[in-house]
Amino acid sequence: MAKKIIKHGRIVDDSWQVIRLAEGDTPETVVLPEGDLIVPLKVWKAQRQTLLGRPQRGVWLSPDELAEDVAIDLTYFSVVAIDFPQFADGRGYSTAALLRSRYGWHGELRAIGDVLRDQLFYMNRVGFDAYAIRADKDMNNALEALNDFSETYQAAVDEPLPLFRRRSA
Amino acid sequence: MYRYDHYDQAIVDDRVKQFRDQTNRYLGGTLSEEEFRPLRLQNGLYIQRYAPMLRIAIPYGMLSTKQLRRLADIAAKYDRGYGHISTRQNLQLNWPELKDVPQILAELAEVEMHAIQTSGNCIRNVTSDHFAGVSPDELTDPRPWCEILRQWSTFHPEFAYLPRKFKIAVNAADTDRAATRVHDIGLDVVKNSQGSIGFRVIVGGGLGRTPIVGQVINEFLPWTHLLSYLESILRVYNLHGRRDNKYKARIKILVKALGIEEFRRQVEADWAYGKDGALTLTETEVDRIKQHFTDPAWKTLVDESLVTIASYHNDRAFTRWLDRNVHPHKVPGYAAVTLSLKDPKRAPGDITTEQMHLVADLADKYSFGELRTTHEQNLILADVEKSELFALWQEARANSLATPTVGLLTDIICCPGGDFCSLANAKSIPIATAIQERFDDLDYLHDIGELDLNISGCMNACGHHHVGNIGILGVDKNGSEWYQVSIGGRQGLNAYLGDVIGPSFAAAEIPDVITKLIETYIEKRESDEERFVDTVHRIGVAPFKERVYAGKERVALNG
Repeated sequence: MAKKIIKHGRIVDDSWQVIRLAEGDTPETVVLPEGDLIVPLKVWKAQRQTLLGRPQRGVWLSPDELAEDVAIDLTYFSVVAIDFPQFADGRGYSTAALLRSRYGWHGELRAIGDVLRDQLFYMNRVGFDAYAIRADKDMNNALEALNDFSETYQAAVDEPLPLFRRRSA
Repeated sequence: MYRYDHYDQAIVDDRVKQFRDQTNRYLGGTLSEEEFRPLRLQNGLYIQRYAPMLRIAIPYGMLSTKQLRRLADIAAKYDRGYGHISTRQNLQLNWPELKDVPQILAELAEVEMHAIQTSGNCIRNVTSDHFAGVSPDELTDPRPWCEILRQWSTFHPEFAYLPRKFKIAVNAADTDRAATRVHDIGLDVVKNSQGSIGFRVIVGGGLGRTPIVGQVINEFLPWTHLLSYLESILRVYNLHGRRDNKYKARIKILVKALGIEEFRRQVEADWAYGKDGALTLTETEVDRIKQHFTDPAWKTLVDESLVTIASYHNDRAFTRWLDRNVHPHKVPGYAAVTLSLKDPKRAPGDITTEQMHLVADLADKYSFGELRTTHEQNLILADVEKSELFALWQEARANSLATPTVGLLTDIICCPGGDFCSLANAKSIPIATAIQERFDDLDYLHDIGELDLNISGCMNACGHHHVGNIGILGVDKNGSEWYQVSIGGRQGLNAYLGDVIGPSFAAAEIPDVITKLIETYIEKRESDEERFVDTVHRIGVAPFKERVYAGKERVALNG
């Protein structure tokens, strides 16, 4: 069965494989399988030439890696992912917002890791458009979260104007 | 006060639906305890020692009588007929059932209330001066700014999973009644030399385990930039605040580690992108919000002094109450009144369903149908005609709401402590009660004069013990409850964190300790006008310490 993710508000097949370093692997030596890969930022930096030989490639950031760490290389990627080792670690929300609003990333921005239904609405607002929902969770249920609120106060990636600039009596 | 339009109402209604679904999934087993925890916390719901505790938001302390009556009904229907005013001006229910919480939220939403972000690692309820809008010493009404911040921070998508909780306070008066120096962000509304309004922005203050007085990051931030600047502060904190240790995760630790200069540099570097963007506040919006805080229909009245009013009645108890519980108002003939929740027979800050209904009636009758909660855990009727004070006092007194001790030793700030809270090391309410019982002579209390006594049951400092003139902190020593005492703390623009006087005490010793502290003060004060805290700062901690520990060498050594 093909892997599925939520992308652009729908459940779709996913061909990308997320590479994570196992114990003993180093960014320089980890063997990269064939296919479309989303690799750790460190692996991209260590094996840039190998990855440039692939038709397309993706990269993921850990919570302590900043948007500016990947900014100059964005043109090389088809997918940028942000990892949430624990859903309650919210650094990825600022990183996502900055990738979209400051560094001009228009391609797929995917949340990976501990990605759960109840964070999706916020993730969508800060610019994520793809979600690899944690495997034990119901993806259809998660999809509903994108409609949790019909109105919002803040300016964000999904709505560049705060409510106070849109409000009409 | 602020009234919802259809946008505000839709957001709160959607929240009720969302939380109902989350609760159902939790009770149905598809949402784990760990996954549910931050969700319920961001809705003010703690699982406590005996039952859940629900913290209902009272934004910057403002309540209408319609809202108070609804709170009274909810406390009767879903709780044990009382609520507790917290030091963040919110209302806590100690005994609701988890399964009832979605329904409670639905009933709150009907009166434009909610429990959004009253806990959790997010931006909390914004607090302010409980005399906002009526105080003679304020530059402008801070509440419109509070409301602007409430809307900006409500469900902010980027800042819902911060390293730790984040508290903002706004003050616009000469006297800081909002404790802006001990908040993650404190905002003083100020005017520059050109006469334009802006904010002095203070960052990195806080109590808790590592009490720190905040530092000025921006002396004058023009009001148009309020939201973009705060967003930059929050972003730097969200990305760089520590997440490895919850006791080092507040913004104060980051500011301290980086130094204020470097922290400011990082904020300004981020702000360079956001400044003048869509978050720039508009006059249209500020005016729209201000229209919700227009003056009530004050009458033109002849002003009489409280001394004159006291002389009409020649009643000692009334005079005492005027002296302590009645406060200046900017309009002649009006006063602001504290309805005290410090009756010794109840825990500090507790209010029964019956009292809530009564207060609502009093507010309708005497104060334009609105009231405020204070971080000192009392209630305020802000617009009372002075000629009505005697009548109001009689009604309040008949309902245990006129304890004439505001600002005095027994007007104790006290967290729920070990009787309710699962974080607490020690009980705090029985300590407050024991002190109130010891100091029950009103003449003596008035002679002692102004004195803030604050009690926290643990390091988290919900009772603000560090800034109490006398602070009491519950500590755990080998499984038993002990109390550490500090003196000299104060809130306000010259906030000072109290000094611990020495080894801690058993609960039963505390009334004697307080007595000795007070006796020392009475002996040493230069005049009746010199307050306890000023005496401490003039003569130092040593004389107090000597008196308290005299004959206690053995305990001190073991302590």
